[in-house]
Amino acid sequence: MGMPIEVEIVGDNVEQALDDVFAYLTAVDERFSTYKEESEISRINRKEIAAEAMSDEMKEVFALADTTKKETQGYFDMRRPDGSIDPSGIVKGWAIHNAAELIRNAGHEHFFVNAGGDIAMSGKNEKGSDWSVGIRNPFNGEEIVKAVYPKGEGVATSGSYVRGAHIYNPLAPEDTLSEVVSITVIGPNVLEADRFATAAFAMGKSGITFIENVPGLEGYMIDKNAVATFTSGFAAYTR
Amino acid sequence: MKKIIAAVVIVLLIGLYIFYRMSGTTVAPAATTDTTTSGDMGNMDMGTSSAGNTPPSTTTSTSAYKDGSYTGSVADAFYGKLQVKITVSGGLITNVTYPQYPNAPGHTTEVNNVALPVLTQEAIKIQGANVDIVSGATQTSEAFQQSLASALAQAKA
Repeated sequence: MGMPIEVEIVGDNVEQALDDVFAYLTAVDERFSTYKEESEISRINRKEIAAEAMSDEMKEVFALADTTKKETQGYFDMRRPDGSIDPSGIVKGWAIHNAAELIRNAGHEHFFVNAGGDIAMSGKNEKGSDWSVGIRNPFNGEEIVKAVYPKGEGVATSGSYVRGAHIYNPLAPEDTLSEVVSITVIGPNVLEADRFATAAFAMGKSGITFIENVPGLEGYMIDKNAVATFTSGFAAYTR
Repeated sequence: MKKIIAAVVIVLLIGLYIFYRMSGTTVAPAATTDTTTSGDMGNMDMGTSSAGNTPPSTTTSTSAYKDGSYTGSVADAFYGKLQVKITVSGGLITNVTYPQYPNAPGHTTEVNNVALPVLTQEAIKIQGANVDIVSGATQTSEAFQQSLASALAQAKA
């Protein structure tokens, strides 16, 4: 998946679960990375694999992508304009969610999994307190602009890229500034948070209104002027 | 009883994270720019949210609105009356209440969709709190950004 992964499990005898989580996430990358030529998704995009012959995991992700597309009126769409398929907007949340289940099934109650800013968590930290999550300042990666306490729920942040004071799209550096630089969604689990954060970000400034209207989701959106707009239930996660 | 904190294991999977993340925001190649072509998600057909002097839900100009409390006129939201009251502070909407809100049994979903929510805002502030976990663009992806951007700049014809 091409991103840093951080896992912490509080308690004893955690090595096996840690190994299993990293093995699982590596396998997900092997299957779903569009940047690996021999991944299943790359072979699907080269039409080397027919739909019926896809793996169960791939079918599951495709089905999730279809559902999400309907629920977001097409703002989430894994099909690129050139016709190729890129499920990355949903695979991350799906994989982290599965990784969390893996840890839970191994008998551990207190942990988190953070892959590229999308987070699944459970229980308490090593001090016995609720896990705290900081929303990174889109304008300065060293800083936090909000601390939230999701209490076991999932968190996902979708954002554009900031270098110094300039917001740009690396794929089209000459493009105009994006109105929204970051939207963080808290949802029942990281899969829900991730798929809706991806769609909400694609909606621009309307995205936060979309999140407000979906039951069970709260959001915190930061625009290019460093103004944050948040949903009506978001404050319940702050202190 | 010792609690052993598992070492935080950070696995860096070197890959084209930027392309990966960028293409994750779908819809169009330039998905990170604010081009929404499918219409305004926020507008619903049934009734209006509030009439009168209610500003839009987000503002990018801190000098657009005067500080103070403003109560909109009562509007007909089809299933009942709706009225919005907002507080503006520092040019941002800092509080929203609904002195009147429609509440028709059996029509809750439609009623909730009638009003375009007016959401509160704040200027982002750097927090001094130490947190366990961070959500957002990562340090590594920033390094990728710089490197990738310079490569792309060279690649432009």
